[in-house]
Amino acid sequence: MKARQKRLTLIVAGLLLLGGAAALILNAFQDNLVFFHTPTEVAEGKAPTGRTFRVGGLVEAGSIKRAADGITVNFVVTDTAKSIPVSYSGPLPDLFREGKGAVVQGKLAADGHFEASEVLAKHDENYMPPEAQHAVDQAHEASRTMSQ
Amino acid sequence: MTRSRFNIFRFAVPQNFYPLAGKLAPIFAVTAAVLFLAGLWISFFIAPTDAQQGEVYRVIFIHVPAAWMSMFIYLVMAFWSAVGLVFNTRLSAMMAHALAPTGAMFCFVALWTGALWGRPTWGAYWVWDARLTSQLLLLFLYFGYIALINAIDDPRRADKAGAILALVGAINVPIIYFSVKWWNTLHQGASVSLTKAPSMATTMLMGMLVMAFAAWAYTIAVTLWRVRSLILERERNAEWVNEELDRLEAAA
Repeated sequence: MKARQKRLTLIVAGLLLLGGAAALILNAFQDNLVFFHTPTEVAEGKAPTGRTFRVGGLVEAGSIKRAADGITVNFVVTDTAKSIPVSYSGPLPDLFREGKGAVVQGKLAADGHFEASEVLAKHDENYMPPEAQHAVDQAHEASRTMSQ
Repeated sequence: MTRSRFNIFRFAVPQNFYPLAGKLAPIFAVTAAVLFLAGLWISFFIAPTDAQQGEVYRVIFIHVPAAWMSMFIYLVMAFWSAVGLVFNTRLSAMMAHALAPTGAMFCFVALWTGALWGRPTWGAYWVWDARLTSQLLLLFLYFGYIALINAIDDPRRADKAGAILALVGAINVPIIYFSVKWWNTLHQGASVSLTKAPSMATTMLMGMLVMAFAAWAYTIAVTLWRVRSLILERERNAEWVNEELDRLEAAA
């Protein structure tokens, strides 16, 4: 083997080893690398419910209710399989809407509802003009009435 | 078989690459300016308002090209570093050095515009999710690379040390790219990828791609100019460099 072939082999082998090590490390820390847990994970006891953690999912349609004090907001975060009722008092991001994604940070109360100290909106990667969105919504509506 | 007279490897010699870079750089600079203006025009006047986010989504036309470039430039840096280590070519290391500041700049722009986009949409400038954290690590890798090659006086040793850092850091790039797939993050997934149809309106996509090409052309232009300076600095003991410097002085 020529000297430069030796060096090339060394670099490729080094990168493969490092890549493998990185993959193993990231895999081992899988649970710590997620930004939020799903309501299903919380129900299965996989979330760190003892301390502050985050739950993410969709804000269930029709679930947003303002309490009588005008500050507290109650809503339900769902992953369509399981859902968690959330209460929160504070400013909500503009994109916080029913049927859209949200990530809430806080603690699980004794009665099973989630007391959020922070609410973040999670938007998707779809970008389209309002007219296109309108068409998509109508198509959804049509397919839903068809299937009923 | 007769060998063709044109041999691309002759441009691995700094003395031959210097005039080529000088010829190509202005072409890419003009291309970048034209594409940048066209891209901004599409971004602000032709692309429609987004149904969800309103006008704020227009950050995407800077944010995504900058983020793409920051990752791609690091990979190109790692490539030239590997070539330099394997073949012991002088020019390869200079290419890697010349790319680093532009990569760091795009990385900072991606983080900065991301923060400005995150506040009105997510409700936070910054969160420690996998995508944002790995992108911040990329910025530190760029800073670390620039600091390292400048901290070592002997250029050959600086090249080697920098090359190893660039190669090791390259492992972070696929982590950034796939972070939104491997873990749940606040950052949304990719709208444009090789494996699926883009999930955005055509004019929006056009604006983003034109801006991305502008960023490419800009990167090539500034890198070539920077490589020219590096060649003059590194080869300052060569006869042709002294002649070139005299010529530049006379022209100034």
